Amino acid sequence: MLQAASDPLMKVENLVVEYSVGGKTIHAVSDVSLEIARGETLGLVGESGCGKSTLGRAVLQLRQAVSGKVLFDGHDLTTLKGEPLRKMRRRVQLIFQDPIASLNPRRRIGDIVAEPLVIAGVKDPEERKRRVDEVLSAVGLDPALVSGRLPHEFSGGQCQRICIARSLVLNPEFVICDEPVSALDVSIRAQILNLLEEMKARYGLTLLFIAHDLAVVKAVSDRVAVMYLGRLCEVGPSEQLFARPAHPYTALLIEAIPVPDPDVVRPRACRSASRRRRSPRPPAVASAPAVRGPMRAVPARCRNCAWWHPASSRLAITH
Amino acid sequence: MSGALLSVEDAVVDLPTPRGNLRAVDHIDLAVGAGRTLGIVGESGCGKTMLSRAVLQLLPKKAKLSGRVMFNGQDLTTLSAEKLRKLRGRSLAVVFQDPMTSLNPVLTIGTQLIETIQEHLELDLAQARQRSIELLAAVGIPAPEQRLAQYPHQLSGGMRQRVAIAIALSCEPQLLIADEPTTALDVTIQAQILDLLAREQQRRHMAMIIITHDLGVVAGRTDEVAVMYAGRVVERAPTPALFKQMRMPYTEALLAALPKLDVAPHTPLPAISGRPPDPTRPLKGCSFSPRCRYSAGRCTTEKPRLSPAETQEHLYACFHPIAAGAGA
Ligand SMILES: Nc1ncnc2c1ncn2[C@@H]1O[C@H](COP(=O)(O)OP(=O)(O)OP(=O)(O)O)[C@@H](O)[C@H]1O
Ligand SMILES: Nc1ncnc2c1ncn2[C@@H]1O[C@H](COP(=O)(O)OP(=O)(O)O)[C@@H](O)[C@H]1O
Ligand code: SF4
Ligand SMILES: [Mg+2]
Ligand SMILES: [Mg+2]
Repeated sequence: MLQAASDPLMKVENLVVEYSVGGKTIHAVSDVSLEIARGETLGLVGESGCGKSTLGRAVLQLRQAVSGKVLFDGHDLTTLKGEPLRKMRRRVQLIFQDPIASLNPRRRIGDIVAEPLVIAGVKDPEERKRRVDEVLSAVGLDPALVSGRLPHEFSGGQCQRICIARSLVLNPEFVICDEPVSALDVSIRAQILNLLEEMKARYGLTLLFIAHDLAVVKAVSDRVAVMYLGRLCEVGPSEQLFARPAHPYTALLIEAIPVPDPDVVRPRACRSASRRRRSPRPPAVASAPAVRGPMRAVPARCRNCAWWHPASSRLAITH
Repeated sequence: MSGALLSVEDAVVDLPTPRGNLRAVDHIDLAVGAGRTLGIVGESGCGKTMLSRAVLQLLPKKAKLSGRVMFNGQDLTTLSAEKLRKLRGRSLAVVFQDPMTSLNPVLTIGTQLIETIQEHLELDLAQARQRSIELLAAVGIPAPEQRLAQYPHQLSGGMRQRVAIAIALSCEPQLLIADEPTTALDVTIQAQILDLLAREQQRRHMAMIIITHDLGVVAGRTDEVAVMYAGRVVERAPTPALFKQMRMPYTEALLAALPKLDVAPHTPLPAISGRPPDPTRPLKGCSFSPRCRYSAGRCTTEKPRLSPAETQEHLYACFHPIAAGAGA
């Protein structure tokens, strides 16, 4: 199932990450292996709580893995410490999932975005300002307008762009984008996705792109990994994965995407029985996770006839 | 508009800022009837939240609101703080984008639900507790009884939003305002929450306003859509009519910017270039003109007014609307 990358920049081997809460162990990441080639974008999708962020944090060594390896450019990050680890980390950046919370409310935008440069030892204030202005413009903000202002003066979407600017200011090689556009509105989302693509091309970036929206992931990813309850359940080239999802959970995610067409959302019956018979029955996958509870309530859109079926007729997961 | 449960009449919200006056809401008229759902769509910063806060009378202290907000025949702008507080828990409920805004992090889910219910309804503790459990079950929270003892941080984002919805629904409101209720949630949970809201809305014959930036979210889930740009409503129509024939270039651009599944990876998205104008520096002409590919002639010198197209229900503010029949 795992596609081998020819020149992996990042290689995760049998990674296991656990949290313990009140004496109980939560298996956030269970035995995950993946490779990301230099210059590639790997999309990582899965529902909330399935372990995507934990995986990202463990790759960055912000959370210690129980076992497994994280090989970045041939170095196992799990064994590095101190200065060598800090050096490696500069080459790997993370765009946070909850950026609003990570903006210091008392600091001006210009200083917030310049902070990674200060930490990395860029001493020349002119140079810092040039980099900050460039990256602020790149994310669609007017440096002259925003640099002197405080976070609370911006709407949610604007705060998100500031955070993305801050993550890009060090010109990293590998960027883990943890839901960088989930909270952005449609038009800025499109701008940021285009921007990430531009940055990737210009600086030869390699990306791990975490999101829950498959349409967003498909727009930028060469390959996509689907995560469910801490495990990868499907990995494959984007086009193939979307055309022929092998795992029922992948099919379910594809069907949950909101479609901007009022005719397809209200649950209705299939118009034609002959078409319904041609509805693809997802192959039974031996490792298919049992999906319980509210997951069943998701209405399903028939791929053949484009009509929505009520949750009860869901064929993929509940059968 | 008579007969509507809520009508916003010529609402203007001004916020004083160090850069000058910021007009967040610029002469807006809207109405929602009982049992109906209105979608408000627009980019970040275009004033959707300020509009909903104006309806709720929850504007920042320094904000200045003019116009009327008629709810059930009362002008909310003239009510006392005490009356408003009562109304907000009871008849007028809200769900915010970030559920933590409406949840208290230091109180258990149970305490928050029971307190809200007891504040507005004549129920004893056991009854309020029972009702809380029913509500949590209704919004699809597994093991609702055990959840009562949990704190918000112990729940996932999707569950927190469900709890916020349960609290909002707890007193059978007549109007529910959902401000980007699913923006921060993943698509499977989003579909569930939107279905949940639709179900409760129909069951209770409640009026609902869904605020979002995603046209995909309002399609099929609303009766009417108002598209906002730079503090104004720039297109308003019954939902099927809007999707059948968009007239406003901005609405068309919003739709085009959505990533589509049938497009190959690495295809640049047709993003709307630039960003909305600085609201402290209003433009003389159409606010969308710097970004509009149809901009010409008086677009830069005159403001188009919101006026009816072929039907009285379909309004738009544009000098060069997309030709009827050009397809959405
Ligand atoms: N407390 C405030 N002080 C000053 N300006 C504000 C304040 N809150 C919002 N604004 C400004 O008011 C305008 C409208 O903001 P609002 O939050 O209503 O937009 P929105 O459409 O809800 O955006 P988002 O989707 O990002 O929340 C924006 O230009 C924003 O910068
Ligand atoms: N600091 C933590 N302490 C305990 N459990 C956690 C912590 N962070 C995450 N978890 C749990 O780990 C699992 C994976 O979480 P996360 O990595 O945040 O997933 P995602 O990013 O896909 O939403 C979830 O069950 C979550 O509740
Ligand atoms: S009025 Fe002119 S600038 Fe404004 S949306 Fe219409 S065509 Fe574009
Ligand atoms: Mg996450
Ligand atoms: Mg808002």
